[in-house]
Amino acid sequence: MVTSDAEIAGRTQTEEIPFWRDPTKRAIVYQVVALAVVFAVGYYIFSNTQTNLRRQSIATGFGFLDREAGFAIGESLINYSAADTYARALLVGVLNTVSVAFIGIVLTIFLGILVGVARLSTNWLVSRLAGGYIEVLQNIPVLLQLFFWYSIFHDALPSPRQSFNPAAGVFINNRGFYFPIPASHPAYLWVGVALAAALLVTVLLRRWARIRQDKTGKIFPIWSVCSGLFVVLPFIAWIAGGAPTAMNVPHLQGFNFEGGVSFSPEFAALLLGLVLYTSAFVAEIVRAGIQAVSYGQTEAAMSLGLRSNLVLTLIILPQALRVIIPPLTSQMLNLTKNSSLAVAIGFPDFVSVANTTINQTGQAIEGVVLIMVVYLFFSLVTSAYMNWYNKKKALVER
Amino acid sequence: MEDSAGLTKTADLKPPVTNVGVIGWLKQNLFNSPLNSLLTLFILFCLYKTIPPFVQWAFLKSVWYTDGTQCKLADGACWSVVTKNVRFILFGFYPYEQQWRPAVALILLIGFLLYTRERRHWNRRLIIAWPVGLAVMGLIMHGGFFGLPVVETTKWSGICLTLLLSIFGLTVAYPLGVVLALGRQSRLPAIKTLSVVYIELIRGVPLISLLFMASVMFPLFLPEGITIDKILRAQVAIILFTAAYIAEVVRGGLQAISRGQYEAAESLGLDYYLKMRLIILPQALKIVIPPTVSILISAFKDTSLVVIIGLFDLLKTTQVTLSNPEWTGFSAEAYLFISLLYFAGCFSMSNFSRRLENELQT
Repeated sequence: MVTSDAEIAGRTQTEEIPFWRDPTKRAIVYQVVALAVVFAVGYYIFSNTQTNLRRQSIATGFGFLDREAGFAIGESLINYSAADTYARALLVGVLNTVSVAFIGIVLTIFLGILVGVARLSTNWLVSRLAGGYIEVLQNIPVLLQLFFWYSIFHDALPSPRQSFNPAAGVFINNRGFYFPIPASHPAYLWVGVALAAALLVTVLLRRWARIRQDKTGKIFPIWSVCSGLFVVLPFIAWIAGGAPTAMNVPHLQGFNFEGGVSFSPEFAALLLGLVLYTSAFVAEIVRAGIQAVSYGQTEAAMSLGLRSNLVLTLIILPQALRVIIPPLTSQMLNLTKNSSLAVAIGFPDFVSVANTTINQTGQAIEGVVLIMVVYLFFSLVTSAYMNWYNKKKALVER
Repeated sequence: MEDSAGLTKTADLKPPVTNVGVIGWLKQNLFNSPLNSLLTLFILFCLYKTIPPFVQWAFLKSVWYTDGTQCKLADGACWSVVTKNVRFILFGFYPYEQQWRPAVALILLIGFLLYTRERRHWNRRLIIAWPVGLAVMGLIMHGGFFGLPVVETTKWSGICLTLLLSIFGLTVAYPLGVVLALGRQSRLPAIKTLSVVYIELIRGVPLISLLFMASVMFPLFLPEGITIDKILRAQVAIILFTAAYIAEVVRGGLQAISRGQYEAAESLGLDYYLKMRLIILPQALKIVIPPTVSILISAFKDTSLVVIIGLFDLLKTTQVTLSNPEWTGFSAEAYLFISLLYFAGCFSMSNFSRRLENELQT
């Protein structure tokens, strides 16, 4: 028997596909089930937590932030005393984390580039030393490195009365590192203004130089002029302000030093550990980035008659940076996240302050949530910035 | 033909003496430009200034098998802090007379690792042997048979805890990570969103915040009366953390598989599960073996963070030793010793991963 077209059409219309064979319906079922499981687990945890909190009579919410903290913090960028609120204590912690992360990132990038370039050196000794540096520091847990440096600072450095005095006004002891700074004077305000002015002029000059180069092909010596500006303008401001030379030198007062600037052994150990550990990874990234640019690029640039510094800045670096930046971002984020290990050696970073807060108030959930939110914020901001930079540097294809 | 004849002729000529041998090597590798010569001399000077004092401290003037009071009189390193406490540093609170058991388990583990290093040993039997081997190690340490007294996991400390947390953590995190990676690549929006949120959330926060969560929040999550011990809680945190990183590594592998493979599998009529199990995952997971070893290395290093929530891993047992008044002040020696242990573990793993990367590059 021959099936007619009408019959086939009729069958496809009437014969429904069972829903477990229909991909679209099945997809909906899967997703509903997944969401239901997640919500069920979430609700289970939530209700258990509610019951437990009620049983232990722990108040929920962030009301505790307005209460008096009652603990002192050793290092702070803003005024803080034990009588201030928890919110302010946590802010001190955030600022400490930010300062460690910022200084750490800057130092790490410098050291990482240095070691990465050294790894590629034609000098056997230099490249082997760099290789040893990378292998050793990458393969030891960062926390162990922090403990190691902290114990060195703590055990090996003398007490304040027998401080090392490597240069006039510089004192090193197991309470911290003390440096002299210029005593405050209105002239320094003008120096700051001059620096800002130099920065502004640099930005404008760079834009003008680029437009001129696009139009006429003439290259303006932007680097030398701008670095000159950065030296000369503040110097003129300093002279005009009366050329103050008074220094605020640290001096022994009772059992400890006062005056000057100082940072603690905890801060030094944290910074040193983080920078050494992360720079080993950055060095590997830099090495890989430079190796990713084929030697033909250098040869082509040289055959165009470019000088060797221009070969580096115009040809090699722009291409190498494209390879380097994405993994570099994640290393910078790692450094920021690893700065939370400060809690182990007693530097008052955000996690450390939050931990003290949790222990004092019993507000475990709020404390942990705050820690997570703050670090998520750092992560998102850094990756947003790096994505923007990456997009700017990325290969523009036709 | 003429070219090759010419080549053999030039090959007969001996190179100048200054280009071969020790002098040639020195000239090429250490003194090939004025700047490099200066650098070489500078580094040699620095090494001369640092290496001999270090050797003096670490070997010539060091003491090895004394007690703490004699150590304080010594000029050099006090390695006694390691030799006298090595069993506590390695095995922690595991009962002293029973410490041969973790030692046996450790040797078994090292044997397994050495055997697995060779790629020609990789087969189906090895995949079964691993869980069995790990279970045997666990049983030896836990005891309760053949007259071996039971040692609760709360007593497992030192290197056993470090290895337990990292190896068990990775074993459980691996399947979870694969599922998350598949979820992230899924076409179903709800599942994709859940996976992305989980992965990014975990990767955005430090491990220490998860460990805090495990130690202070997990007890609140459970119904009244149920408690889980501290080690297990930390283990859960490590698993949740590692899974997110594995997921990203596996995603890289999944993205590296060409579309043709997916389409070919679909055109054969394989459903999603079969397509993934038979076609995609075997290829993707093979690509990501080297980065997975890197994850194992970081997991191994990251377990040291459990010190902060008060578990007695290798680092903590060392600190306990150092807090003994007899041995305070010798932290450099003790930390150098465990650095060496960590370094040996991580360095051999990373070498293995590098070798594998070369071998798998076909």
